[in-house]
Amino acid sequence: MISLYLSHSSWLHRWPAGIKLGLLAGCSMMILPVVRLDLMIALLLATGLLYTTLGDRGWRHLEMLRPLLPFLAVIMLFHLWAASLYEGSVSVLRLVIMFLLANLITLTTRMSDMMAALQPVFRPFQWLGLSARSLALAVALMVRFAPVLVMVMNNLDEAWRARGGRKHKWRLIVPLIIQAIRLSDHVAEALTARGGSSGITVRPQKNQEITNNEQR
Amino acid sequence: MNKDKTLVQIALYAALIAALGLLPKFNIPVAGGVPLTAQTLGLMLAGVMLGPVRGFLAVALFILVVALGAPLLAGGRGGLGVFAGPTVGFIIGFPFAALVTGLMMQMLKKTSLFVGVFIASVVGGILVLYAFGIPGMVAMTSLTFAGASKAILVFIPGDLIKALIAALIAQSVARAMPGIIPSR
Repeated sequence: MISLYLSHSSWLHRWPAGIKLGLLAGCSMMILPVVRLDLMIALLLATGLLYTTLGDRGWRHLEMLRPLLPFLAVIMLFHLWAASLYEGSVSVLRLVIMFLLANLITLTTRMSDMMAALQPVFRPFQWLGLSARSLALAVALMVRFAPVLVMVMNNLDEAWRARGGRKHKWRLIVPLIIQAIRLSDHVAEALTARGGSSGITVRPQKNQEITNNEQR
Repeated sequence: MNKDKTLVQIALYAALIAALGLLPKFNIPVAGGVPLTAQTLGLMLAGVMLGPVRGFLAVALFILVVALGAPLLAGGRGGLGVFAGPTVGFIIGFPFAALVTGLMMQMLKKTSLFVGVFIASVVGGILVLYAFGIPGMVAMTSLTFAGASKAILVFIPGDLIKALIAALIAQSVARAMPGIIPSR
């Protein structure tokens, strides 16, 4: 699956997801009020050091900042225009540090562990009748079908180019949506045929052990 | 509606939004050189195609999977890092943009589909999204409110084009599959 997770192990991989998330929240709270440039630079170096401890040239993952660079440039420009270089550097560095710290958790925590750690957040939804099971199923379906739809899109694109189409590529979104709707109808039927999103309810039978396992 | 069908619809629509962000081909070039991705187009269409509640849930599911670590936001961004970035307000605003777009579609039942989708997309996908996004930028970057608003102005023309494209797409889909749009 497409994920930012690092498959090799490091000391941070072994920490429980809940503790990592808690620490991240704490660190972010502490960094937000800092307005001194020297402190920010020190924090940035410390964060960079954390990346190097991930092993296997961990600092390479700092390149994940790249998509953020245009935003940072705009923010810097506006600070130069409205305030000063000093303030601009502090707020850009603050963003970089917070981004890198949060990313550190994504790099070292499995998607399933993260989901388990976020269970308390989902509890309000359970009161609305949305079970943890349907949520897990929805996540699994989405993760599975995102690449399928990309493939559908590539096929549509190839056919479009074979017919000589170049401009107005957004028009391909129409057949993409139509195919996604048809696909969702088929998947829904298949799901219903297999007992539905809430699973097959197993009535208590003679062999109690098997029943318990299935209900789990 | 059948519960399984609703669940699958929500999940596949979330996958569709992800697919739209993964496709660099869809970058819509606009004067000024700011590339636009089809992802916010997906938000507008979520509200239109699924209605307010399912649209909200589909986009919320998409955001959840991004937070869990999938790099599905346009430009290959993802993970918890994006929630510490300058665009966090926009990301939190995504589901609400779909919600309001869906609500507006219900209110605009009497207008033609094209006009309805355009207005609903402007209100949900631009006004509501920016109402979340600009305070988010102010909080994360210590820019002033006016500064952040100005920084974001460059995206407005592109977003208006996206609302127009959303209307064209909705019209074509409705023609191909009559009765598919819930408010019509």
